[in-house]
Amino acid sequence: MALPARLVAEFNELLTHYPHKQAALIPALHRCQEELGGWISPQTMEDCAAFLGLEPVEVYGVASFYPMFRMRPPGKHVVSVCHNISCALRGADDLLAQVCEITGAQPHHTSADGRFTVATVECQGACANAPMFDLDGVYHEDLTPEKVVKILGSVK
Amino acid sequence: MSQYPTYLLDRAKLPDAHTFAVATKHGAYEALRKVLKEGITPAQIIQVVKDSGLRGRGGAGFPTGMKWGFMPDPAKDTRPRYLALNADESEPGTCKDRVLMEMDPHGFLEGCLVAAYAIRAQAIYIYVRGEYRAPYNRVAAAVEDARKAGLVGKKILGSDFSCEVWMHKGAGAYICGEETGLMESLEGKRGHPRPKPPFPAMFGLWGQPTTVNNVETVFNAPFIVLRGAEWFKSMGTKTSTGNLLVGVSGHVNRPGVYELPFGVTCREILDDVCGGMWKHKKLKGFLPGGSSTGVLPASFIDTPMEHDAIKATGSMLGTAAMIVMDEDTCMVRAHEIIARFYEHESCGQCSQCREGTQWLHQIFHRIEIGQGKREDIDMLVTLSRGMAPGKTICALSDAAAIPTLAAVAHYRGEFEDHVAKGCCPFLPAGVKRPSFAGAH
Repeated sequence: MALPARLVAEFNELLTHYPHKQAALIPALHRCQEELGGWISPQTMEDCAAFLGLEPVEVYGVASFYPMFRMRPPGKHVVSVCHNISCALRGADDLLAQVCEITGAQPHHTSADGRFTVATVECQGACANAPMFDLDGVYHEDLTPEKVVKILGSVK
Repeated sequence: MSQYPTYLLDRAKLPDAHTFAVATKHGAYEALRKVLKEGITPAQIIQVVKDSGLRGRGGAGFPTGMKWGFMPDPAKDTRPRYLALNADESEPGTCKDRVLMEMDPHGFLEGCLVAAYAIRAQAIYIYVRGEYRAPYNRVAAAVEDARKAGLVGKKILGSDFSCEVWMHKGAGAYICGEETGLMESLEGKRGHPRPKPPFPAMFGLWGQPTTVNNVETVFNAPFIVLRGAEWFKSMGTKTSTGNLLVGVSGHVNRPGVYELPFGVTCREILDDVCGGMWKHKKLKGFLPGGSSTGVLPASFIDTPMEHDAIKATGSMLGTAAMIVMDEDTCMVRAHEIIARFYEHESCGQCSQCREGTQWLHQIFHRIEIGQGKREDIDMLVTLSRGMAPGKTICALSDAAAIPTLAAVAHYRGEFEDHVAKGCCPFLPAGVKRPSFAGAH
């Protein structure tokens, strides 16, 4: 297995941004996660290591350090609910409970039908528009129970 | 609030201010043009920024001109040099840099270029937290538009100043907002802060001279270059000059990011700017500058929002992210959440922080669920004193200890109440808190 040609082409350009190859690792892992099933598989880490001239264990060490990199395949959609202080003050506990109920997924798990993974996340920088969640990379802010029903109900 | 002069968000409020056409029509890149056209020297820029009293807006409040002045003389030190932009905004309660990046990315980019010119950096790395996709995309688009207009890259506007700008995405680790953690992360490693010295100006990215600045900090620079140090000092207080972005969250009627001069009182922010308390409740307390600044009870609400006055209360200005809590807020629960955050974000290098943040979280949790003992309250204090000040490589350990000490100091009775009653007195009978949160 190796990285798909389109990603290799992209990463070759990425390398021109930095004086050392390793600096491209985190942006490259982001692109892999986006393009290769929503997670960082052991194979992906080995492929990135080979591409950047690193030991696989160095890539594991970095990938597992950063909360945004998933080490397991997620469901079709990922809902990340902020549960830090500003959101908690504006009802994040209730929001999380509602999201779990609608999706059928428990926090940090995927629903039985594979459609949703629900995660709790630390502060996303949307504090003045709490509570919030991130659905597949898009922020939804100033959430109310009605909005949540609408947003999650329209997910295909 | 409108009686105060503004400049930070003026352009951001215009429709489509993020586009090159609107931004340049309303003054974007004027300072950069002036600098390059009139041959203003890097030393002159550093001097005017020093004279202005501009202090970093990322939390520490370090004088910006002085920081720029730490960069070695390029005549004597010919190594490549870098400017790293800390757009890893992740201090809980803080959501201001996002506004600048999303609404006025060209103003931000101009600030980056002026700063890079002042420290003679050949490249700028803009490190944006990974979750900030929309702000990242706006800034990335601004960089490309500016590049096409000859404002980024080789020989900017035909001058001798060349500077590349690269976007870089973080991946969700708070510790990468610490400047040396940021540099490690940018190099493609775990965000483990480096012991200092050596300082970034001598040994930064890839061991080269580097300055790390916050988004809002550099955003101020073009205004200072155009309007001068005296103009800047006409706003704010003697030791905290200019305007700052105050992000207000929690139990207020109008949470938001507001531009205000330093020195406006927290009461004015709460009542006039934010329309008072949410649902007509009473104020219980507030964190003046993000989750790592100690909580202040309502009696401190007349404190001016500026470095010295907030420091005098025993708290810190931090990122001026005011988190407001009403009378129904359980301070044990609030600080359990804060402790959980620091446990989650500790990088694990220093034992005081790695172990201490776990302990703090566990103790807050058991007090909150009614399983705490009286000695647990003192244990919070003992632990915190073992974690700070200055006992670890970076200040994350302090950031966990400071709010803990403040919470126990100001709300000890509430902790004792939890222990005595064997439950959280703020919860209706029969209601349980969500179960103990696991790993991320």
